[in-house]
Amino acid sequence: MARAVLRVVSAGPHCSVQDGGRPGLMRFGVPASGGMDRSALALANAAAGAPIGAPVVEISLGGLTLEVEEGALSVAIAGGGFVIGHGTASCGSWSVLALREGDRLDIRRGPWGAWCYLAFCGDLRAERWLGSAATHAQSGLGGGAVRTGMQLVVDATRVIDPREIPCPVWARPRSEVALVMGPQDRFFGQDRIDLLLGATFRLTDAYDRMGVRLRGPSLAPEAALAIPSEPVLRGSVQVAGDGVATVLMADHQTTGGYPKIATLAGSELDSFAQLRPHAAVAFRAVTPAQAVGMARIRAASMARTTDALRKLRKSEDR
Amino acid sequence: MSPVADRALLVEFGDAVDEAVHDRVRALDSALRAAAVPGVLEIVPAMVNLLIVFDPVATDHAAVSHSVRPLLDGLSHTGNPVALHEIPVCYDGDYGRDLAAVSAQTGLDAEAVIAAHLAGDYSVYMYGFAPGYAYLSGVPEAIRLPRKSSPVRAIPAGSVIIAGGQCLVTTLTMPTGWWVIGRTSARVLTEDPARPFLFDVGDRVRFRRVAAEALDAMAGGR
Repeated sequence: MARAVLRVVSAGPHCSVQDGGRPGLMRFGVPASGGMDRSALALANAAAGAPIGAPVVEISLGGLTLEVEEGALSVAIAGGGFVIGHGTASCGSWSVLALREGDRLDIRRGPWGAWCYLAFCGDLRAERWLGSAATHAQSGLGGGAVRTGMQLVVDATRVIDPREIPCPVWARPRSEVALVMGPQDRFFGQDRIDLLLGATFRLTDAYDRMGVRLRGPSLAPEAALAIPSEPVLRGSVQVAGDGVATVLMADHQTTGGYPKIATLAGSELDSFAQLRPHAAVAFRAVTPAQAVGMARIRAASMARTTDALRKLRKSEDR
Repeated sequence: MSPVADRALLVEFGDAVDEAVHDRVRALDSALRAAAVPGVLEIVPAMVNLLIVFDPVATDHAAVSHSVRPLLDGLSHTGNPVALHEIPVCYDGDYGRDLAAVSAQTGLDAEAVIAAHLAGDYSVYMYGFAPGYAYLSGVPEAIRLPRKSSPVRAIPAGSVIIAGGQCLVTTLTMPTGWWVIGRTSARVLTEDPARPFLFDVGDRVRFRRVAAEALDAMAGGR
């Protein structure tokens, strides 16, 4: 079967193999991991004709440059507004490209977005842990970090026609993000809750796959608290004793002893992840029921988008 | 029961960690797992509460809470077989690098600290922090200490560490502010696909003292 070998000419920090993640293991201390922007990861795979949870390379603002050492294959790139250099040509992310032996592919930060996904027409060889190639950054378990000098091997490669991938409007970051108050908002005075919902916060450089610290007014809880550790979710907004808020992300700890003033609505997680350090963000409270409605609308839109990409692929295969 | 965003319910049984509260957490955990509530994706038991994560496309807070409420009324703690694990631990030399500090702060000599640790009857309260980090309750009163004021870097995987009433066997080389009193050859992340984690929540644990040579032989024989 055809295979391709790609050499990593350079890889920025936080560049790793990810996939649909390993949900269901938080009871053993294992977060789901997977893409920071799960929709972009799934859409890149759908455009490549791969299963939506297949292993991909997740690229951070540090960028990635690859060279095809052997073979030929197509790749699909989605997520953020990154800039793709392919030979002398240049395009944005949300593109399918065909690569030949000797080609160089350069993925760099562009006008917007923090995470970009490189999916393959073929199967990326990747170490699995607990059934998933998603890299858990702290332990390195799973497919692992993608580092300068290493090789990526893709089996069962295919070449398809280059084209653009439509970028859904909700894939872009927004400066206002919906959250649901709680589950420990009772530990915060009304003045703190007003600040959370009224002030503007900024993401800081303390940003990795575990979470991002925010800069803004202090949200210190009413009393120094020693609450027993409790389960947390991706999107939990936890506030440390000093009043600094952190939003937990893909590789979050599964429990935490800091009170969670609020939790981002599930439909906001991907676009929130595309905000860059220093970007401004404001929060808007929705009820749990409204957040469920938002999740359903998003799931339906996501299903329509992936279906359209698959149909497009099938008509090309014919 | 509190809603958590669009995708979970947090069921709380109390504010302070105690055995009766944790028994209820475990009882609801087993009842929920047996009930297989539609749309529920995972159940995460912790010290005093339990998180029920669901798919908001398939169900919602009201439907899940409707399924959980009757289970809360009939919680019983029977029919839940508990495994007992015996964990070999070596307290010698650098493996027990903080034994002297624990001695100094508790007023016990090193042998008495070890004896106290061995006398503890531990149970797995929850996993958290990092993959395979199982919080064991049951550290005897005499050797309970608050955490160090700042974490120490690069404590090796397999370290046996204590803080307050809790004991942990680490699975990754990471910083910790807990007191490092020993090392084990046991691996909580087993690398066995059929049983990837050594403990289930609720399991009992005893520690058994071994010499450094025996520990190294066990570790080498894996």
